[in-house]
Amino acid sequence: MTAQTETPAEAPTAETRPPSTPNAKRRNWTGLWFVLPFFAAYALFLIWPTVLGLYYSFTDKSITGRTPSWVGLDNWAEAFADERAWNALWNTAVFTLYSTPPLVILAIVFALLANRARRAGWFLRLAFFAPFVVPVSVVTTIWTWIYQPDGGLLNHYLELFGIQSPDTPTIWLQDEHRAMWAVVITTVWWTLGFNFLLYLAALQTIPQDVYEASAIDGAGWFRQLRSITLPLLSRTTGLVITLQLIASLRIFDQMYLMTGGGPNRATEVAIHYIYIAGFEGYRIGYASALSYVLFVLILLVSIVQFRLFSRKGA
Amino acid sequence: MTAVLDKPAEAPAQEPPRRRRFKRPSVGAVIVYVAVVLLAVLWLLPLLWALSTSLKTETEASLGQDVHWIPRDWSLEGYRTLFQQGDHLVWMVNSTVVSTIVTVLTLVLCVFAAYGFSRFDFPGKNVIFGIIIAGLMVPGQALIIPLFDIVGFLNLSNTYWGLALPQVVAPVMVFILKRFFDAVPRDYEEAAKIDGAGHLRVLWSVILPLSGPILAAVGIFTFIGSWNNFLWPLIVATDPSMMTLPVGLGVVTGGYGLLYAQNMASAVVGALPLLVVFMIFQKQIVNGVAGVGLK
Repeated sequence: MTAQTETPAEAPTAETRPPSTPNAKRRNWTGLWFVLPFFAAYALFLIWPTVLGLYYSFTDKSITGRTPSWVGLDNWAEAFADERAWNALWNTAVFTLYSTPPLVILAIVFALLANRARRAGWFLRLAFFAPFVVPVSVVTTIWTWIYQPDGGLLNHYLELFGIQSPDTPTIWLQDEHRAMWAVVITTVWWTLGFNFLLYLAALQTIPQDVYEASAIDGAGWFRQLRSITLPLLSRTTGLVITLQLIASLRIFDQMYLMTGGGPNRATEVAIHYIYIAGFEGYRIGYASALSYVLFVLILLVSIVQFRLFSRKGA
Repeated sequence: MTAVLDKPAEAPAQEPPRRRRFKRPSVGAVIVYVAVVLLAVLWLLPLLWALSTSLKTETEASLGQDVHWIPRDWSLEGYRTLFQQGDHLVWMVNSTVVSTIVTVLTLVLCVFAAYGFSRFDFPGKNVIFGIIIAGLMVPGQALIIPLFDIVGFLNLSNTYWGLALPQVVAPVMVFILKRFFDAVPRDYEEAAKIDGAGHLRVLWSVILPLSGPILAAVGIFTFIGSWNNFLWPLIVATDPSMMTLPVGLGVVTGGYGLLYAQNMASAVVGALPLLVVFMIFQKQIVNGVAGVGLK
């Protein structure tokens, strides 16, 4: 209120800007009542478990219900020395490394094609995005069967096209080296549609005259792709890659359902090991320490993403 | 405004309207269409294969048989045995109830919170908003252990509320809705307030009617996300009668072993509800995803 009286009479700008929100923005408690219900749920189901998890990681709390006692950094020391935990993190990284390139490149290719074939648009969106809305256990049920070494659909066609001999069928999910690839292929099929739609939307915002102008200058389609399309898609690619990184660090469902982490722990990922430590080994304290390691990793990726995008968005 | 006046009086020569009708498709265009349709069909094969198998008899579907797409012996045997065992309908009801609770509560809580942040100033506002935005970076999957404990403490294990409530906390939806509300012009509200409308009245009859598309997008994505959530229901619903469809299909149906027609029938039944939702709301869903990238 006092600020108003202090305003110099000779205001530099002729247009007097009305206060952005008259009346409503007066400071009072009304707004808090609107925010409070959400914040209560948020505190109970997000803040509290975050705090509680950190506390548990310093105790030997167990699912069996005996009174937990403080063990200091024991769980953390054990986690960093635990080869199985490192193996799980490694597998998570391998999954990320295998799955991200096809999920980016195939999505771009499909979107480029769909952008050209606009009249088939609805059918393409349906075909590529439909798997994304299918529950994970349906996806794994279907693909586990497709991967059956003897009589499965995949090996049937590999044999039909002479890529493999019927006498030595390829083992997919039960083979230490191929199991991860099998899960990756399934995941690409399942989630590609989301990235496809992101790219398609980005492509459709590129004005046509850019291409027409470059065509006059004699640029062929490859030149246009390299110098116009891909650079203009780079923001989307950044988004896709970071979303992919975060999703990959959280990967669990497909492995749990298709391979159970096997064979020989070749597909056991971080969340899966946390699940095993907590709900099969009954060690809540240790599982909490493991969770926190993963938590910090995901947090780091998120912060990098947040910084990248808040800068570009400005 | 002034920019318009500054424009030269002689308007730029208008381009002749381009005529694109009856343009002969080029060879390149044909190749693109063929390639893309082939890819799309290839992409649909796994779903079609599941459908095809589910319509065969168990003997015809078993592994020793040759691979063929059209059933020689059409049969609903797989579906019949599936529903006789009863659990699928229960899981579907559970999934519907849980996803509906999650969607309705998310919409109500997030709309209120976003409205509060968008239109009011109150002590501690920036701190609270900051804490909620920080939650965008917290991975729910890393919290399952303490969450399980909290839900157990509240005596909500194996209940609808235990399944639903932890999924309601979605900071991203508050964020999206707040940004949308911020862009809604305030003139309408001022008019309504002069007519004596309270805050709730303004929210209900001024803001919400203007927010149809964004509410639809938030609602649909919350519903799909909740319906397809696997890890949390897997942990909380240990009683088969409380399982959601994805968990029931994954955990219990795994025991069907070699009954492939029945297995694929259960896959088809599991896929159908959301595929129908997708068909109905295709436009909203596609625009919603597109909005993530464009915003």
